[in-house]
Amino acid sequence: MMNGESRNGPAKPRLATVWLDGCSGCHMSFLDLDDKLVDICLRADLVYSPLVDTKTFPDFVDVTLVEGAVSSQEDLEKIKHIRDHTKFLVALGDCAVTANVPSMRNPFGANAILRRAYIENVTLNPRVPDRVVPPLLNRSSPVHTVVKVDVFVPGCPPSAETIGYVVNELLDGRMPDLSGRTRFGA
Amino acid sequence: MKPAEQVTVLKINGDEVSAHADQTILDVARENGIEIPTLCYLENLTEVGGCRLCLVEIKGAAKLQPACVTRVREGMEVATHSSRLDTYRRKILELIFTERNHICSVCVANGNCDLQDMAAALGMDHVTYPYLNPSVPVDLSHELFGIDQNRCILCTRCVRVCAEIEGAHTWDVRNSGINSRVFTDFNEPWGESQTCTNCGKCVNVCPTGALFKKGKAVGERTRQIDFLPYLKTMREELK
Ligand code: SF4
Ligand code: SF4
Ligand code: FES
Repeated sequence: MMNGESRNGPAKPRLATVWLDGCSGCHMSFLDLDDKLVDICLRADLVYSPLVDTKTFPDFVDVTLVEGAVSSQEDLEKIKHIRDHTKFLVALGDCAVTANVPSMRNPFGANAILRRAYIENVTLNPRVPDRVVPPLLNRSSPVHTVVKVDVFVPGCPPSAETIGYVVNELLDGRMPDLSGRTRFGA
Repeated sequence: MKPAEQVTVLKINGDEVSAHADQTILDVARENGIEIPTLCYLENLTEVGGCRLCLVEIKGAAKLQPACVTRVREGMEVATHSSRLDTYRRKILELIFTERNHICSVCVANGNCDLQDMAAALGMDHVTYPYLNPSVPVDLSHELFGIDQNRCILCTRCVRVCAEIEGAHTWDVRNSGINSRVFTDFNEPWGESQTCTNCGKCVNVCPTGALFKKGKAVGERTRQIDFLPYLKTMREELK
């Protein structure tokens, strides 16, 4: 049992998914598990995710899947908090593992990108936002460069089958062996 | 007439194998069905020992040796796989990935790339060194082909095939260390090259998405390197 007992018998392991700087493709691939999602929901509680209503990350989570690179101040604060409250952190997909497409701005730096998006390409009231939109970090970074990652799942996106395998292995208390299952860009 | 060939006996991974004295460890290993990972090596081109992926352990030698350029010796004992070699090979791959910008998901070679395949084969699932994210050029001046330096691993296959097989020597490498770049002629745009014959051999031997045919979208690229053994045989027959 991964996480204590409740009054109604053993509590189910707690699963979370988060979406940082990514395109949501990894979440879409997760949803492609279709009917197998039901099996996962029977074995685990989905306690936090863009797919559920909860707005605050719970105190104890057994497995968290992270999609996306760390690109803004907000991403950075989120992932640090999540790491502190998660047993197994999974870098899901190339953006989380390598920073992938978000990192294509890294050779230029954040200011050049903001200038391009909010000033050079804008005709009406060109202005770099200084509120609401989270400030961009100068570089977009892989998750493991800012917090410890337990499992790396490359792929853009990893297939539903691969994600299902990873989640089920972790719920069974095993470390997934991804050799031959996925690759960068898959 | 060729001189009589000397036969040598050595051990690879504990098994005795025989070889001709002028063969490399890589040659002999492959003849015996033992796979050693390589990136810069391409059969029928001169070996340069550049990528170091083919490093092997030789009993009695303190340093690891590249199998593609090391000749066999009588009584040599070679190990092609060990946890030490696995670690070094993965580190080499990681460093290659950090030196340029490899964004597989949007690369012309995605799904058809030796570097990408090698990372998967050697279990390199993330990079532990900092990415350098250099700002490097893309040259699309050639009518038929393009070069994206973001994907170049400096294997020099393009340089060698162009010089040794096509005989044009359009490509070469300038600068040194991490600033090394392949370039055409006197570092003019490829499209203005006076020596390039438009043969496309460089594009076909490039192991990554650095050299490509124009108009090929992600995942459409295929490589045709079967001309090499054919031309090599033709040339030898002329001798
Ligand atoms: S050259 Fe290969 S490893 Fe590099 S981005 Fe393209 S597919 Fe990926
Ligand atoms: S352009 Fe391609 S063939 Fe030439 S050195 Fe770079 S990776 Fe190798
Ligand atoms: S294959 Fe031997 S050094 Fe590259």
